[in-house]
Amino acid sequence: MKKVLSILLSVMLVAIMVAGCASSKPSSTPAAPETIKIGVFEPLTGANAAGGELEVEGMKLANKLYPEVLGKKVELVVVDNKSDKAEAASAAARLIEKDKVSAIIGSWGSGYSIAAGNIVKEKKVPAVGASCTNPLVTQGNDYYFRVCFIDPFQGTVMARYAFNKLGAKKAAIIQEVSNDYAVGLASFFKAEFVKLTGDPNSVVETSNYQTGDNDFSAQLTNVKSKNPDVIFAPGNFTESALIIKQAKKLGIKTPFIGGDTWETDEFLKVGGAEVEGAVFSTFFDPSVTMTPESTKFLDEYKKAYPGKEPAAVTALGYDAYILILDAMKRANSSDPVKIREALAATKDFPGAAGPITLDVNGDAVKDAVIKTVKGGKFTYMDTVKAK
Amino acid sequence: MSSTTLQHLANGVSLGSLYALVAIGYTMVYGILRMINFAHGDIFMMAAYFAFFGIATFRVPWPFAFIGVILATALLGMLVERSAYRPLRDAPKNSILISAIGVSFLLENLANYLFSGKPKAFPEITFFANTVVIGGVSIQVITFFIPAVTMIILAILLYIINRTKLGMAMRAVSKDYETAMVMGIDINKVIAATFAIGSGLAAMGAIMWGIKYPQVQPMMGVMPGLKCFIAAVIGGIGNIKGAVIGGFILGLGEILLVAKLSSLTGYRDAFAFILLILILIFRPTGILGEKTTEKV
Repeated sequence: MKKVLSILLSVMLVAIMVAGCASSKPSSTPAAPETIKIGVFEPLTGANAAGGELEVEGMKLANKLYPEVLGKKVELVVVDNKSDKAEAASAAARLIEKDKVSAIIGSWGSGYSIAAGNIVKEKKVPAVGASCTNPLVTQGNDYYFRVCFIDPFQGTVMARYAFNKLGAKKAAIIQEVSNDYAVGLASFFKAEFVKLTGDPNSVVETSNYQTGDNDFSAQLTNVKSKNPDVIFAPGNFTESALIIKQAKKLGIKTPFIGGDTWETDEFLKVGGAEVEGAVFSTFFDPSVTMTPESTKFLDEYKKAYPGKEPAAVTALGYDAYILILDAMKRANSSDPVKIREALAATKDFPGAAGPITLDVNGDAVKDAVIKTVKGGKFTYMDTVKAK
Repeated sequence: MSSTTLQHLANGVSLGSLYALVAIGYTMVYGILRMINFAHGDIFMMAAYFAFFGIATFRVPWPFAFIGVILATALLGMLVERSAYRPLRDAPKNSILISAIGVSFLLENLANYLFSGKPKAFPEITFFANTVVIGGVSIQVITFFIPAVTMIILAILLYIINRTKLGMAMRAVSKDYETAMVMGIDINKVIAATFAIGSGLAAMGAIMWGIKYPQVQPMMGVMPGLKCFIAAVIGGIGNIKGAVIGGFILGLGEILLVAKLSSLTGYRDAFAFILLILILIFRPTGILGEKTTEKV
């Protein structure tokens, strides 16, 4: 037994050495790979798993429809970042170092994308986020792009909705304080709401909670005592659903508004009847086709998942994939640095969730859609123009 | 007292009694075996899944489903004891501890694999989920049940331990299991019974937890597990009454921290651990863990 083990170990050692030599060769003369790899890092387990799965669904659908580029097969390498920032960074490193991907897609959850930001920048492999909306994802990072709008826009849209449509004069915020996305959204909402009302004290209460919390009774009791007209609660879908549910049990009748992360099946299932009437901003609605690609995406999605409505993030996952493929075509190369240059020059690209033009930061300039929960389903309410 | 303060107290009592219920299970196993069953939180999680499948998937009426869940979880606890702890009974204590951590990871990943990482909605039971308003304080019906159930169980357990033959055997095993064995006590049976009761308590805790916080996911047992362990240590690990007191201190403390010092909300979980460190420094035996106090 010991002998077998020692032989095995020495074989492995030799293998590692050989592998080490291979990778230390100058990279200018690699043997042409048979396939082009696109890495995906998404939360597939843990608190954000439902969001990650929706995005991957879109990428896989796009991969099925467009399986080839530059005459080569495209392979998706999907890794799980376990809804954890440290895991997200190592997942991205793994994709670049071990799988040698040409580009990366991900991740649901701005925090995970930010965590991976330095790695893609250092290793010079472009990454395209599907639905990560925090400004810091792309700020100061030439290698990070995204196919969605960013939080300053989303926060502003919701503040205007609260002020104009709900006539709210006093707002309370309940934010997921450990989530960069939620904190960003809350601060942009606050800035715009204060500007609209002209009252620096119009946000009467700001409560925090942490990812994975179950009990929000203390925060909600405080919010209730301040008697706001609207409650803005950006955060993860399960926690948000539990918050709204517990609020109703505590006798809070104030309307809840939030951000794009709410748009998952789990939000409806966990929230049940209590989330009825909740309003949030998001990227896309199947009832409003924005480009010819939208129609194609919707048709194919219905074939692949009969009886299911595609989520906005699924369309964005789809868009992230076809945008990278388009960049490869324009660059006529699978070299990461050349793909990056092509991505940066993206203009009026017809994505399924609307046309994509990337600004200097690598952020898409897009319209926002406002949806509500009605009869246990997400229902389209309004579109807010980007400009 | 304003209605807001009363509401905070009601919230704290309800969270505290949930912690207490699960902490009793921790402390019982420790009292008998001098071993911390780190898989307790994950047994709690499995029980929540059992309840979810029983009610949502197989549509068993809830009173029967709850009894089924408690029995199934007790069986699971015995199975874990039989396969992961009994073979290590004569091994050093650390080996059992490591084995318990292994069981914990096994159950978490098994649940992840079998039931997917996506959270599921715990079925709503109208009877418990309704709210009543008393003097401006909204209270869910389940909030009344949790402390009542905890107190009833505390009384039953104290009876079993102090007045029955099984309890006498448990106390004997906890004092010195080798001597107990020599005296003709079937220690395997006693320990299996301890695990069955402890796991059954975890199941009751999981059911109440599910009704109050209606979502089920594979990692849901981790934080409650740790917090209830802390509650057990605060009260004096091995002491059942102590576990209940520890649970209430932790639950009320957490709610009051979030309510009164809202800038510290992010440190809610840290609060529990800081409390643990303070207790271990200043009173390692816990509040009721005096040497003279009878261990389980």
